[in-house]
Amino acid sequence: MSKVCIVFDRLRTEEKMLQKEAVALGHDALMLDAKITQIDTDSKKEDFDLGDVVLERCVSYFRGLHFTASLEFMDIPVLNKFKVANTCGNKMFMTLLLKKNNIPTPKTYFSFSSDSAAENLEKVGFPLVIKPVIGSWGRGVMPLKDKDTMEAVFEIRDITDSPHDRIYYLQELIQRPPRDIRVITVGDEPIAAMYRKSSGGFKTNIALGADPEICEITKEMEDMASKASKAMGGGILGIDMMEDDQRGLVVHEVNNTVEFKGLARVAQRNIPKEMIEYALNYVRR
Amino acid sequence: MNCPECDATLNIPADASVGEIISCPDCGADFEIAKKDGSNVELKQAETVGEDWGE
Repeated sequence: MSKVCIVFDRLRTEEKMLQKEAVALGHDALMLDAKITQIDTDSKKEDFDLGDVVLERCVSYFRGLHFTASLEFMDIPVLNKFKVANTCGNKMFMTLLLKKNNIPTPKTYFSFSSDSAAENLEKVGFPLVIKPVIGSWGRGVMPLKDKDTMEAVFEIRDITDSPHDRIYYLQELIQRPPRDIRVITVGDEPIAAMYRKSSGGFKTNIALGADPEICEITKEMEDMASKASKAMGGGILGIDMMEDDQRGLVVHEVNNTVEFKGLARVAQRNIPKEMIEYALNYVRR
Repeated sequence: MNCPECDATLNIPADASVGEIISCPDCGADFEIAKKDGSNVELKQAETVGEDWGE
């Protein structure tokens, strides 16, 4: 019998599904609340009973990332690895790595001040989509269709001036059907996919009400998802793709702590079970 | 158990676990189960959605 530790900061359906599948497979499942865990520079692996492998599932990206760093410091196996979480949590780092690995991705422009971003946008032309480099669930993602909108958005950013607001990530607006594709990969293997249909606007986040629909994984999707996963460093990931009218599939995002409760209800394969099995095989290798 | 905010009755499922969020049906306040020992449940104010929340 093995033991899997699931680290959380808010116990959601996904974490309970993982716990249930671990137990159903005959393993122990330990639920650990990151918010009440204390670690220091003298901490050792032996000081904690975290089982054979840890699945980091915090809803807060920074909490999960830093928790992962402390686990790796103690040589405790954790999924996803710090490097993967760090890359996927920052859209700019992720996009650069996708492009570096020749994975089709929307053209993206990076600027490091509002003046420079405005100058570039006027040169490239409207519309472009602005996205916060750190963020999720589609928050702060908006199409800049004209100069007035751009100036309003940039002015708000200059006022709020959080460190990441100084990084301007502007992406081409992809001409596509009103949906995108989410592929879940476990150990670089795509195990389930869904279409996320827009509920009216151009965003397709399930968290914003987009409609999920099961999607058959084509050979092209399989290859692209697998390549994207390998480029990030592997583990358990959510690969988001859009169907560009001209170029076909483009990968626009790779998600670290993937949410799967909606897809799990309709997918043919048992997503949480595959995640648990992968995690245990990962440490046996 | 009653809501610490508005005193409405909170419905806490018997199989609820530590870390789960309980929402008050009346005022909408969210509470996290901090401790659970049988039917004895301790609640704390749930964290609000952070800028870095999500996948």
